[in-house]
Order: sequence, then structure tokens, then C-alpha cells
Amino acid sequence: MIRYAKLAMLQLRISAATGMAYRADFLLAGAMALATIGMTLLPLSVVYSERETVAGWDQPSALVLMAYFLGLRAVLEGVISPSIIDLVERIRSGAFDYVLLKPVDAQVMISTSRFEPWKILDLIGALGLVVYALVLRGEAPSIVDLALGVLMFFAGVVAMYGLWIICAAASFWVVRLDNLTFLLGSIFDLARWPVQMFPGVWRLIFTVIIPVAVMTTYPAMALLGRLDAQTALATIGGSLVLLAIGRVVWTAAIRNYTSASS
Amino acid sequence: MSVARAWRAMPTMLRVGVAETVAYRAEFLVWILTTTIPLVMLGLWRQVAEEGPFRTYSQSDFVAYFLAVLIVRNVAGSWVGWQIGDEIRMGTMAMRLLRPIHPFIALAASHVASIPFRCVVALPVAFLLLISSGASALATEPLQLAMLAPSLALAWLITFAIMFAIGSLAFFLTRAMGLFSLYFLLFTLLSGYLMPISLLPGPIAVVAEWLPFRFMLALPVELMTQSMSTERVVLLMSVQVGWTIASIALAVFVWQRGVRRFESVGG
Repeated sequence: MIRYAKLAMLQLRISAATGMAYRADFLLAGAMALATIGMTLLPLSVVYSERETVAGWDQPSALVLMAYFLGLRAVLEGVISPSIIDLVERIRSGAFDYVLLKPVDAQVMISTSRFEPWKILDLIGALGLVVYALVLRGEAPSIVDLALGVLMFFAGVVAMYGLWIICAAASFWVVRLDNLTFLLGSIFDLARWPVQMFPGVWRLIFTVIIPVAVMTTYPAMALLGRLDAQTALATIGGSLVLLAIGRVVWTAAIRNYTSASS
Repeated sequence: MSVARAWRAMPTMLRVGVAETVAYRAEFLVWILTTTIPLVMLGLWRQVAEEGPFRTYSQSDFVAYFLAVLIVRNVAGSWVGWQIGDEIRMGTMAMRLLRPIHPFIALAASHVASIPFRCVVALPVAFLLLISSGASALATEPLQLAMLAPSLALAWLITFAIMFAIGSLAFFLTRAMGLFSLYFLLFTLLSGYLMPISLLPGPIAVVAEWLPFRFMLALPVELMTQSMSTERVVLLMSVQVGWTIASIALAVFVWQRGVRRFESVGG
């Protein structure tokens, strides 16, 4: 376990060093982060310019949810996507063989293989938005809610990771993965809306089949002190199940792997 | 000369396109699934408009609007950018360069060939639109209906050309993925994909009105769902023609600057 943590830290350091080498990117990434947050908030501000509440969500609560969405997207684009793009490249070029040869678990190795360090700016932006939304709400969360909110954020990350690793494992069978990640990305984009805003069938799909609700809605509700214990447990359980499925699919995929190199 | 050649090769290229669509059906299906997002937005806005009309949009207006978006996206959407980026990175672009037809035309032909397959999805929806929301939310002016097909074709061309240009940037950058996500973010916001352009806040709506994005999606949608004056239809259509020319020029320019740097990585 310690060995894997060390390994992840090492790979993070390498990525950070690469990131630091392109310091001009810092400004660009900062500007991009701000622009992205602005553009992400726009549809929400349109909705709330006309309505006080939609489906039980007032503006401050919806902003909290949006912050969760932005934070999760920062993790996605900063940690998960780069690693998976890296994986696809390696499968295609045959360099994945070297990963398999190493005396560590290939999934861990791949999942931490590349980071986009500047995405930390997006994460900071999301944190700022949470604070702003809570000030706007005029009511600080209790310690319990805060702890649960943080815990649930990680549950969301785990769920997302599970879903993406399933998708990545698919790339062992279908080499072209770009469009699959794009599809997942467009679905993940819906996580910016509270799941209650969607009508019946969609709500079911987004809770059970593609659990975007688990990723943002429930964590945000936890921080707002609105989530009952049962749903909280189900959310954490669900994300762990996704992680387990991801592991199973990954193992099956590895067994099917036939090197692409000559 | 090369135009005549391209013209002669067109039937073959279309046939190849059909064959490709059938061969890569899993991939094709994923793209089709991606274009169903308007259905989700439809659900969302219907929910928002439940207590009463949202500005000028009632529930049935939103239904008509987003079903029209779904149709236009299915017909005019394009993913050629990913394809080009992939081919450049993997080196298979070299094959295309050997052929005596400009890749812009060759790829356009193969993508045109896939449109009938996409219409299999879009057309039933069109019927659904007519039946469910009734004729009340749809435009009936003959001029608008006559302009629908040309405007769809131009919307497709603009989308294709801009995607082609972004994909060609892979000649300069090893990773064009970040660019695609920025492009898609702008597109969803300014094209009428997430909400009708008239609902955007004032200054942004004014800007969005003239940027190319709205001509890739919102214009055909509005032709279907809103009554417009003749002058406005003529004006918007001429701007659309302008953006079509500009985006094709941009695509060809980026391509030509980029292809000189091509080193055919891999084999």
C-alpha cells in the first residue's frame, strides 16, 4: 500500500515537473479555468433570473452543486482523463507491455500515470464557489454536514473513476476510445444540474444506470444538510460497487490483451 | 481539373462512406447516442417551464425547440475533427495524402454518405414532433420551410469545416483534445444547444447572434419553430453563407499550413 502511494507520488512529481517546465501554461490555465467557470455558470444564472426555485433547488443550493460539478470536472480533467489518454496511446503503440511487465498492479500504474497539475486552479475555483454559495445562503453547514459533504465528494470521485476505468477497459477490445470518452463526457456534463430537475425516466437513468446523481447531486445535498442517511449510505455503497465493477472489467480486459507491438 | 476529378470519384467515395458507416457501426452508434443530449435538455426545460412559461417559451415551445435541435444535430453534426486528429497522430494520414483528391472533399464525401443512416434516427423524431406538439409551435411560412434544406446543408458545411480546421491543428499540437473541449463548451453555450439563444443574458445574446455557432444549429431550428420576417430570413441566410465561405477558407488554410509539417509518425 505504502509502495503504491510512493509510486503515485513519484509519478505526480514527474508530471508536476513537466507542468512547471511550461510556466506560460499557468497563465493560460488560469484564464481557461476562469472562463470555464463563467461559461458553466451561465445557463444556471439564466434559469434563476426568472425563477426563485426549480424542483426544490434555490440559487445558492444550485451553486453549491455547481461547485461540486466543477471540482469533479477538475479531478476528471486533471487526473483521470490524462491517464486514460495515456493508456490508449500505450495500447495502440504496444508500450503497454512495459507496464504489464513491471512488478506493480497495472491499474494503479496506469491510473496515476499522468496528471495535469494546472487543473488545481479549477479545483481552487470550485472551492471559492462553494464558499461564495454558502455565504449567499447565509447559513454555514454544521460540522457533520461538512464532513459528510467532503466524504461524499470523494465518493463521487470514486464513482466517476469506476465509470471511466470500465470505459478504459473497453479500449482493449475497441481501440478507438475517443468517442466513448466523449459520450461519457457529455453525459457527465449533465451532472451540473440537480437530478431532481429531470423528469421521471431520465432521473432513473441518471441515478441508477449512469449515476451522475451520485457524483454531484447527493454530495451537494449532503453538504446542504438535506440528505437522509439511507441515501448517503446508498451513494457511498454505489460508488464502491462501481469501483469493484471497474476492477472486474479491467481484470477481464487484461486477460484479453494481445499486444499491438510487432 | 481537380474539381472534375473529384466529381468523377464522388460516387465511389460515397459508396466507401456507406461501407465505412456500416463497418464501424458500434462507433457510429456511440456518436448517435451523443446527439441525444437535446432530449435531456428538453426534459430539463420542460420541468423549468412547468409552473408557467419561461419568458416567451411555454412547455410546448421547449418541446418543439429541443426536438428540432435533435433533428438538426443529427443531420448537421460532425465528428470529423477527431478522425483527422487521430489519423495525423497515428500516421495513417499519409494514405490520404497519396490520393489525388483533397482530404477535405474525400472526408466530406464519406461523412455525407453517413447522413442517411443518421436520418433513420432523426426522421421518426421529426414525426413525433409534428404529432406531439402540434402545428401550433411550428413555423408555417413557405419561405422559411423552403430555406430549411439549404440552411441545414450550410449548417453541416460550417460544422464540418470548423471541425476540420480544429482537427488539422493536430499538425501543430500533439494533443488537440483540450481544444475540442473548449470548442464544445463555446458551442453548447452559443449555438442554442443548451437553451434558445434569445434566453441568454443580453450582451451575450447579441454576440451569439453573429458568431458562427448559431448558424451551425440555431438557424435551422428557428426556421422550423419560429415565425420570422422575410428580411430577417434573408439576412440570416446571407450571414450563414458568409460564415460557410469563411470556415471553409479557414479549414483549407490551416490544413495547408499544417500539412507541410507532417512527418507521418508511425507506419
